[in-house]
Parts: sequence; structure tokens; C-alpha cells
Amino acid sequence: MAYFTMAKLALKWAIQPPVTRRYPFTPRSPLLHSRGQLVFIKDKCVYCNVCAKKCPTRALTVNRAAKKWGIERLQCISCGYCVEVCPKNCLSLDTSHGKPVVTKDKETY
Amino acid sequence: MAHTVIPFGPQHPVLPEPIHLDLVIEDERVVEAIPSIGFIHRGLEKLVERKDYHEFVYVAERVCGICSFIHGQTFCHAVEELLQVPVPPRAQFLRVIWGEMSRIHSHLLWLGLTADAFGFEALFMHAWRVRERLLDLIEATTGGRVIFGACKVGGVRRDIDKEQMQVVLEGLKTLEGEMRDIVKVFLDDSSVKERLCEVGVLSRDEAYDLGCVGPMLRASGVAQDTRLRGYAAYGELDFAPVTRTEGDCYARCAVRCEELFQSVDLIRQAAARMPEGEISVKVTGNPKGEFTARTEQPRGEVIYYVKANGSKNLERFRVRTPTFANLPALLKILQGCELADVPVLVLTIDPCISCTER
Repeated sequence: MAYFTMAKLALKWAIQPPVTRRYPFTPRSPLLHSRGQLVFIKDKCVYCNVCAKKCPTRALTVNRAAKKWGIERLQCISCGYCVEVCPKNCLSLDTSHGKPVVTKDKETY
Repeated sequence: MAHTVIPFGPQHPVLPEPIHLDLVIEDERVVEAIPSIGFIHRGLEKLVERKDYHEFVYVAERVCGICSFIHGQTFCHAVEELLQVPVPPRAQFLRVIWGEMSRIHSHLLWLGLTADAFGFEALFMHAWRVRERLLDLIEATTGGRVIFGACKVGGVRRDIDKEQMQVVLEGLKTLEGEMRDIVKVFLDDSSVKERLCEVGVLSRDEAYDLGCVGPMLRASGVAQDTRLRGYAAYGELDFAPVTRTEGDCYARCAVRCEELFQSVDLIRQAAARMPEGEISVKVTGNPKGEFTARTEQPRGEVIYYVKANGSKNLERFRVRTPTFANLPALLKILQGCELADVPVLVLTIDPCISCTER
């Protein structure tokens, strides 16, 4: 039975810089392939409604007549299914998470 | 002597999730434990009637917040069998890699929580520090930290190219060294051994008869591992189940510690043997028939039953989670234990209540 096995580990990490980050002063740099916020490019969109049909959480709404594309940020799970199915490649996932959403409003473009 | 009933949970400092136990106590000793579950039932199985089988992969991943990838993988496996979809070999290897990453992160989480349960806060912090390194690797390859979102019916969504694989393998090398440091404390330290050795002993026969699964069963000496059935690409990899014979909390801890390194080895093997090629195939048509898929979660064997009637929505979906299979054994090992050992014993089965109740 060994005693003080933790001492070595504790001493090793006592002289290392902290592994935690002083958020929000030092924000985390997003990784290259992270799935973050959904980004919409209005110019390319043909309002075909495929993204809204496929969205597993029904976070997207498309109005073809009014040429409006909407998203409820609190419902979006950043799964990327809409990005996969979009025929015009007008949707993409950013690597960062974007600003926190505080209201349940729908963002419309 | 008079009996006292002490409620344990659903909210308790050691419990990450709600399970309630009525502990019948005689002096300081537990005579009987009466469980009640069902606090976080979300009705996910019923959702199968409203989400089509492609969408439901996202729901299946959210059955559990720790072993999410393997839940998604099992669901995809079941639907792929019904549809007779030939999943590309590269996708199968990628599933193994992510599945094993998910196992390492789950075991590191468990090690941290167990250290916390027996009052070793510093060790808890170190276990989770190491886990954070792995979560970064997972995010770098799949895009998510705990909800990977990488599995789909017919293959996987993302590929790991050679450069990325090199980053993963180098990351694993550092991770392995750090894991050895903390595992040494778990397996050798006298204060840890005093809390774990000869606590909650479950004999081989008891474990088998009570239907235990996963590390709980392997720690009692039964070499049962669903991965040996060879689903995904496990059939092409070399490994043997990690077993111990003591059947106590220490043995269960040791099995999980050794499985960390087994998973690292499996990822290396899969990376070396992974063929080039497609990562997914186009899936058309709707599933029909019924299938039972079995895979090895970090906590043990999970069973998915799916029944489809030829429409895009499945007719019935049922999950038997490993925690549910291990609950009878928990009640058995709680009988006769000290009240102070209850938190360690509850954690020793690695309870995942949100899976169990779905």
C-alpha cells in the first residue's frame, strides 16, 4: 500500500500555470471544426423550404411568398442537418457560439 | 433494534442525477434499500412516432448526456440492419474511434465523481482536468463536446483526415501519460484503497444471476463484453475484456481504469487499420420489420429494440439501458453496508439515470 501518491501529482501541478481560463477576459478560441452558430447568407437563398422541413427541432421557418427566412436561436441545436441539405449552400455553421440569446424572438432575414 | 428509514436522493451532493433510495437503517448499517426512479422521464421513446428515422438519431443521441455517441450509433445500427444498408468500412472504424473516445470521457468522468464521493476533491479535479483534454479532441473531430452529432443512418457525418488523426494520436499520447498519473493514485493510494477495498462485494454468481452488465459484471470475474460480437469494426481489432475477480468497489474502479488504456489502444489500432473510402452511403426507402441492436456502452450493454412498419416513422422503439440492468445489483450490495459507504456504492454502478428513464 502506497502513501502520499497524490503528493507528486499535486506538486507537479502546483508549479504549472493554471489549466483554467479567466473567462470572459480570456475567451476560448474556437476549434477549427466546432459546430457553433448557424449563419445564413440571404443572397444565395431561393426559399425552397428544405432546411425548415428537415430541421429536427423545427427552429427554422421559411416564407417563400414574403422571401423571409427565420430562426429561433433558442431552439437550434447546431446539428448542421440544414447545412447538409441546403441545395444552394447558403447555410453554414460558424465555429464560435455567437452571442447569448436572451429573448425568445425569432430572427428573420 | 428499531429501524429508521432515511431518504437518499433524489437530490444529494454525490448524485449527478436524481435517483431516490429509501434506506432502512439499523444503527449505522443499511438493512434494505428501496429504490424509486422516474423523476426525469421525458418520453423520448414516444417521440419516435413524430420524428422520422433520420431525425430521430439526434433524439437518440440525447438519451444520455455522457455516452451520447454510442446511443446514436446503436440506433443507426438498428435502422441500418432493417434497411440492409451496407455501411462503408471507414465509417465503421470512425464509429469505433468516437465510441472509444466517448468511453474514455465517461470513465474519466466516473473516476472524478467517485473521488468526489469518497471525499478526495483534489483527485476529482485532476480527473476532470484530464477529461477536458479529451473533450477538446472530441470537439476538434466531431464539432461537439458531449453531443457528437457525427453519426447518421448509413455512415458518419464527418471524416478524420490524416493531419487530424495525427493531432488526435499525439493528443492521446499526452492524455495517456496524464491518465497514468491519476490512475496510479486511484489504484495505489492507501486512503483510496481504504474506501474501496472489500466494500460492496458482489460474487461472480451473484453478478451473473442479477443480470449485471459492463464493468460491474467484469469486476466480478465474468469476461462479458458486447464489443466481442464484432459490431462496427470491433471484429477487426484485437482486444480482450478487462476482468478482475474481487468483485468489490476497488475491482470495479480498476476495471474502468484499465479500460481507459484499452480504449486508447483500440483508437490506435483503428487509426492504423482504417481503410480509405466513403464515409457514408445514400439511404433510401423506409425500414420494415423489427431488430434488436446490442452495443457496449461505457456502463455496459445497451439494448435497442426497434419495430418499423414501412413508414418513415418507426412504430415502436425501446431501450434497455445498462444502469437499469445494474440496479438490482446495487440493491444487493447496499444490503448490510455502512451508511457512510452508500454514496460510493451508488456511484460504483456508474448510474446514468437520464438514460434509464429517458
